[in-house]
Amino acid sequence: MDILNAFVLLANFVIVPALAYGSQLALGALGVTLIYGILRFSNFAHGDTMAFGTMVTILVTWWFWSMGISAGPLPTALLALPFGIAATALLVLATDRAVYRFYRRVKAKPVIFVIASLGVMFILNGIVRFIIGPDDRNFTDGERFLVTAREFRHMTGLREGLAIKTTQALTVVIAILVVIALFWFLNRTRTGKSMRAYSDNEDLALLSGIDPERVVVITWVIAAGLATIAGVLYGLDKSFKPFTYFQLLLPIFAAAIVGGLGNPLGAIAGGYLVAFSEVAVTYAYRKFFKYLLPDWLEPQGLMQLLSTDYKFAVSFAILILVLLFRPTGLFRGKAV
Amino acid sequence: MKKLLMATAATALLAGAAAAGGDEVKIGVLLGFTGPIESLTPNMAAGAELAMKEVSDSGKLLGGMKVVSVRGDSTCVDAGAATAAAERLVTSDGVKGIMGADCSGVTGAVLQNVARPNGIVMISPSATSPALSTAPDDGLFFRTAPSDARQGEVMADIILDRGIKEVALTYTNNDYGKGLADSFKKAYEAKGGKVTISIPHEDGKGDYSAEVGALSAAGGEALVVAGYIDQGGKGIIRAALDTGAFDTFVLPDGMIGSKLEEYFGKEIDGSFGQHPGTDSPGAKIFQQMAKGAGFDGASPFSAESYDAAALILLAMQAAGSTDPKVYKDKVMDVANAPGEKILPGELGKALDLIAQGKDIDYVGASAVELIGPGESAGNYREIEIKDGKITTVRYR
Repeated sequence: MDILNAFVLLANFVIVPALAYGSQLALGALGVTLIYGILRFSNFAHGDTMAFGTMVTILVTWWFWSMGISAGPLPTALLALPFGIAATALLVLATDRAVYRFYRRVKAKPVIFVIASLGVMFILNGIVRFIIGPDDRNFTDGERFLVTAREFRHMTGLREGLAIKTTQALTVVIAILVVIALFWFLNRTRTGKSMRAYSDNEDLALLSGIDPERVVVITWVIAAGLATIAGVLYGLDKSFKPFTYFQLLLPIFAAAIVGGLGNPLGAIAGGYLVAFSEVAVTYAYRKFFKYLLPDWLEPQGLMQLLSTDYKFAVSFAILILVLLFRPTGLFRGKAV
Repeated sequence: MKKLLMATAATALLAGAAAAGGDEVKIGVLLGFTGPIESLTPNMAAGAELAMKEVSDSGKLLGGMKVVSVRGDSTCVDAGAATAAAERLVTSDGVKGIMGADCSGVTGAVLQNVARPNGIVMISPSATSPALSTAPDDGLFFRTAPSDARQGEVMADIILDRGIKEVALTYTNNDYGKGLADSFKKAYEAKGGKVTISIPHEDGKGDYSAEVGALSAAGGEALVVAGYIDQGGKGIIRAALDTGAFDTFVLPDGMIGSKLEEYFGKEIDGSFGQHPGTDSPGAKIFQQMAKGAGFDGASPFSAESYDAAALILLAMQAAGSTDPKVYKDKVMDVANAPGEKILPGELGKALDLIAQGKDIDYVGASAVELIGPGESAGNYREIEIKDGKITTVRYR
């Protein structure tokens, strides 16, 4: 019984939250890594692209509410998601036309792209705030919980409760589906293969008749889709606020770099690694050991490896270690 | 020679223009229009500008001077940016006083780097860090918000009065959160309570499961959240409720606002807290005026902002000068007794009284009473969440 209690405790405070957060980071990092792999620059505007996509989704969700449309137990935002993706795709294609295409044509160095993306980031930042404002927006509806802590205790008779939010479950399920679809697309379809060819060797790809502009357009559309899905899932699970999305850029890039920039598998692993290390290393294990150990061994302190102040230090420590010993990331991304 | 003449003529013209502008006085409004508290600052700035407009419209300030507001962005967190913005207000815009800054950290930086070297009066509506009470200020710094040393005491009393002897504590990792957490911990432990764990949380982050995990492992009958409602504080409460870690929360001023009801409603019934507040009629009058002007006067620190701007202008009138080095000595006089009590909306009357040489006691929207080093004495409203609504228990 105590072992079960200990496991449930860990699941409630570490595994479930980290799994959901990790999935959101993984989806964000996938978008970053895709742009890096194919267009060859670090897109700093990704966090704000997420914010833009989420904003459009929220606006459409509100419109649905006003017409009385809902998805029953699921959040209405899922119905609005395609609209968000479409609008974001149009937006990134427009920025590509207006900004990046010029630098591609003059074969600018990657660092120039990075700085240009920084400019795009600030502009998007402003647009989002201009349209929806800087405030927190809650747009979750439907069932909040699959199972609440209290229900779980009641059902199982355990002392510890386990809460699983609908949004957490949704996040994990959608993340898995999206990742499967993306890998199928990249590995099995002609377009996906041409994208990978373009990424591996641009000149060779051009020689074999791959249309570079088409590859670029498809990459942007996929990145916009990933960004919007990540943003909406994140917003559903927590809440939407432009400022937090801007700040999300940091863990997302940490995840992409740890996994290996340009490597999709690495982005996913990196997302979970960052999320789990943040939560697991700073968790206070006192209660956990109290269940597992005999009374006379009961821990006195909090049994916390690191104070939560250092939770960001954890991801950065991992980042530095990886860069020192495996500069291309855990999954051998492109050389930076 | 010709050039020199031209230059002289141009200078003369410029000087003339400056002199023509002499019937207006500029006041800086230095608030974090971008950054972590960007959702509060529009109402704060509107509060301050309402007072300025009232004074301008009355036409009684120093023989009919107009008051012009110049906004600057303090960002709340970036001391460098705040200092640059303040520097711009003072040197290029030529403001005669600053209503601001907002967050304690940037306020301290602007005070030391801009206000003192230039001799500019600063009245902050919302910087509550105890450290600012003892910072050297050459008599230039005031605040219409009370120091958190006082709030810590009040919060400790409220918790103990409810028979809660053990709490976990988390604070937003900045001067405000740290100052309040420290003063609360000291007061609470001195009175016999126990703080099981005290950890900071960063604002604007997405995920607070790590913090809530640690807090729940340490345990306690309630969780004290010394943060911001539209920042990390919200994330902490959400995660604590979702995981079933805590169900009673103690909420200091940064956590109390209409957003609290909107976000959590009945989920946090039984939680309680306190924020600077008073049952003086000034607060209600101010909210009515704010409604008329089209902003939310109940938003945190909006009333304090009105009072801060009003105090600067009343002190100018009392000193008969817009020179900060002169009117700085009058701020305490107009804010405190003796004299006729002045409520919001009565600034014109106050200016008249001062002009006639009579004393005033500015009460304003937040029942201002400046003590010690020029900070508000602090009246607190104890609240409790009942049926998803913030209800007043009493005033302390």
